[in-house]
Amino acid sequence: MTGGRRLASRRPPATLLAPATLAALVALLPLGYLVVRALSDGVGGFVDVVARDRTLALVGRSLLLAGVTTAGCLVLGVGLAYLLTRTTFPGRQLVRVLATLPLAIPSYVAAFAWLAAFPRFDGFPASALVLTLCCYPYVLLPVAAALTRTDPATEEVARSLGRNRWQTFRLVTVPEIRPAAAAGALLVALYVLSDFGAVAILRYDVFTRVIYTSYRSSFDPTPAAVLGTLLVALTVLIVWGEHRTRGRAGHSRLGTGSARRHPLVPLRRWTGPAVGAVAAVLSAALLFPLGSLAYWTARGASRQLDVGELVGAGTSTLLVAALGAVVTTALAVPVGVIAARYRGRLGALVEQASYAGHALPGIVVALSLVFFGVRYAYPIYQRTPLLVLAYVVLFLPLAVGAVRSSVAQAPPVLEDVARSLGRTPLGALRDVTLHVAGPGVAAGAALVFLTCMKELPATLLLRPTGMDTLATELWGATEVGEYGRAAPYAALLVLLAALPAVLLGWRRDQLDDGGAT
Amino acid sequence: MSELAVRDLHKSFGPVQVLRGVDLEVEAGTLAAVLGPSGCGKTTLLRVVAGFERADAGTVSIGGRVVTGVPPERRRVGIVPQEGALFPHLDVAGNVGFGLSRERRRSSRVGEVLDLVGLSDFASRMPHELSGGQQQRVALARALAPEPALVLLDEPFSALDSGLRAAVRAEVGRVLRLAGATAVLVTHDQEEALSMAVRVAVMRSGRLVQSGSPAEVYGAPADLGVATFVGDACVLRGTASGDTADCALGRVTLRRPATGAGSVVIRPEQLVVDTDDGRSGVPARVVSNEFYGHDALVHCDLRPAGSEPLVVASRRAGEVQPLAPGDAVRVVVVGSASFFAD
Repeated sequence: MTGGRRLASRRPPATLLAPATLAALVALLPLGYLVVRALSDGVGGFVDVVARDRTLALVGRSLLLAGVTTAGCLVLGVGLAYLLTRTTFPGRQLVRVLATLPLAIPSYVAAFAWLAAFPRFDGFPASALVLTLCCYPYVLLPVAAALTRTDPATEEVARSLGRNRWQTFRLVTVPEIRPAAAAGALLVALYVLSDFGAVAILRYDVFTRVIYTSYRSSFDPTPAAVLGTLLVALTVLIVWGEHRTRGRAGHSRLGTGSARRHPLVPLRRWTGPAVGAVAAVLSAALLFPLGSLAYWTARGASRQLDVGELVGAGTSTLLVAALGAVVTTALAVPVGVIAARYRGRLGALVEQASYAGHALPGIVVALSLVFFGVRYAYPIYQRTPLLVLAYVVLFLPLAVGAVRSSVAQAPPVLEDVARSLGRTPLGALRDVTLHVAGPGVAAGAALVFLTCMKELPATLLLRPTGMDTLATELWGATEVGEYGRAAPYAALLVLLAALPAVLLGWRRDQLDDGGAT
Repeated sequence: MSELAVRDLHKSFGPVQVLRGVDLEVEAGTLAAVLGPSGCGKTTLLRVVAGFERADAGTVSIGGRVVTGVPPERRRVGIVPQEGALFPHLDVAGNVGFGLSRERRRSSRVGEVLDLVGLSDFASRMPHELSGGQQQRVALARALAPEPALVLLDEPFSALDSGLRAAVRAEVGRVLRLAGATAVLVTHDQEEALSMAVRVAVMRSGRLVQSGSPAEVYGAPADLGVATFVGDACVLRGTASGDTADCALGRVTLRRPATGAGSVVIRPEQLVVDTDDGRSGVPARVVSNEFYGHDALVHCDLRPAGSEPLVVASRRAGEVQPLAPGDAVRVVVVGSASFFAD
């Protein structure tokens, strides 16, 4: 390699910058308007709501739930990851795929399955259990990847320097997987703080549920907006805290070439207990909810099922999710390309703005857009465009991340070659980069599509009048305790949202294996 | 094909001056090599010529036309990057035809160029189905297809393993000559530059320090830096007086007359080492022997045991009788040396 091929900090062309700026403004709209609403009674009014005892207790409950769930996910996720990548656990390849499947079950569907089976199991213990079982794959996936990716040589060197297996794990392996585990834990904590469906169904009063009831029961939107702002602040604080404590060491492997596979730790007489423990987790996280769903679906289908309504809700779900995915991806392409190719201050700003949705719980975005719609955009209030707008805000980070990483992986030298062969900058982007990045961008769009289908709070508050999706039908029937009527919607939702997720995950697993051998 | 003329090119990235007044001339239809260590600015020079970077000052003219401000897509400059950089989503024919208009893509041009690089049977292969050397030849065909005014090759062989490198190098040289292409090869590999180019320009810290035929650059380096960078060299302190200089190897003849103290530079193949017959040459002791098969580098200490060592390297044919560390030898200088006054 010759010296300094610098990434030019050129200004992105206006044809990219204009749509990217639009996307950034859209992403910032709910947050901006939320703050405006929260301060509509002045700073004094804001402080009044924040300083209430009820509010402090609310913060406490939310943090408790997030903390306990994150701890539980770390234990389950790291434990499963180690067992399924580094030991002679029987059938570990298959079990590894099975263990990630709970991701495909929306938390409110799992909550519904538990509540339908045990109507009195609610509040904190139920919420913590259900959310832990839903979220541990967020830790399992990155940690398992880190455990496979690290070079076995570092552990072997530690052993050769006189450390036993446990010391080696503590001194070498743990630091190597720590960033992955921390990233997973952050995802879990943010998920729990922003989750609305599970805590609402299991009746545990954390931020999201209180915001919803406050909005529902009062004509004054200000307290709900204040609580929403507070929740966003809490989220930002956690992200910032995690960022501050992150180690500065580089964790990528030095040197080139693909790593050897790790030798497996023999489980021997621990095989039985290990299988038992994993079976218990998978039963609770996967078998039980699916079984409960099947039971109630069978019961409900024989008596209360309205097939026309089910098909209608399924069609609406697919339709709004598809719209959400198309619009979100279209807006994400210019932002992602700028983020990957133009390292200027302007580009960084646009990219940062597009990530606002990461810190915004669905209920907060929904609430802000409701206020905004009622006041400034009444023609699209409770119509499809406003709902799609909410999806864009919430899932733009997903799509931008996908576009950015797949464009970044397409070598810039390909664009140089294309230009030397007569293409304009945009022509090179169109004829080369977007082709090379195509599969990654499409995967991002698919992910947004699946996530839109499962989305509950924004859909609930912003859906067009008269339209029901699978999620809102499930919500409505659960609220009035009609589990038999709710179950078919939950079952169809899992089928529609889970199957493609499984296929995506399966394909990625195969790619990973292909890369490792 | 047209000639390239680069005049007084300057380029900085922030506070770092990467090019500080580069002049380069390449005759139409010839291959010039820009040779320099990592970070000397040679890739930046290439990127300015191709139009990917804009120079702060100076001009680039291709075929007599100054191209300042002309975007890369209108310069008619083909590039062959490191590792080929084939478009992974297009097959070989798609890659080669990328720079052609729609009509020309359907003409025989793609087949012609593939013929030229000897890959006509590979038109429908995908890039990942080709070996490294084949990818490099497709990249060359792709650059040549639109009949560019100039072809730039950026370390095109550095990713190939050494066995393959010589063969691909020879093949690329042949294709470029057949196509009558004006080409600039950027490399840090002196062997590559000396063996392929008609003209070698040595670059250091953003400047061209010497430009000439491969024999000139190797045999009569412009300064000590060029002498040690282009090929192996024994550098000894010495005092020159006219056509000769005195140094640890005795009195050596100089290529150009000089006077005063300075450095005497002798190539290893100019040192003949033989077992001590007590007659000609300077006595020395073998320190080590690096055997390469076709030849060997023998390191000899010119000073008596116990004093500060002064080691010179001699290159000798591989099959002569081996010398072992500790052997007493005599060192004779053949031909003339270069001298650089302090």
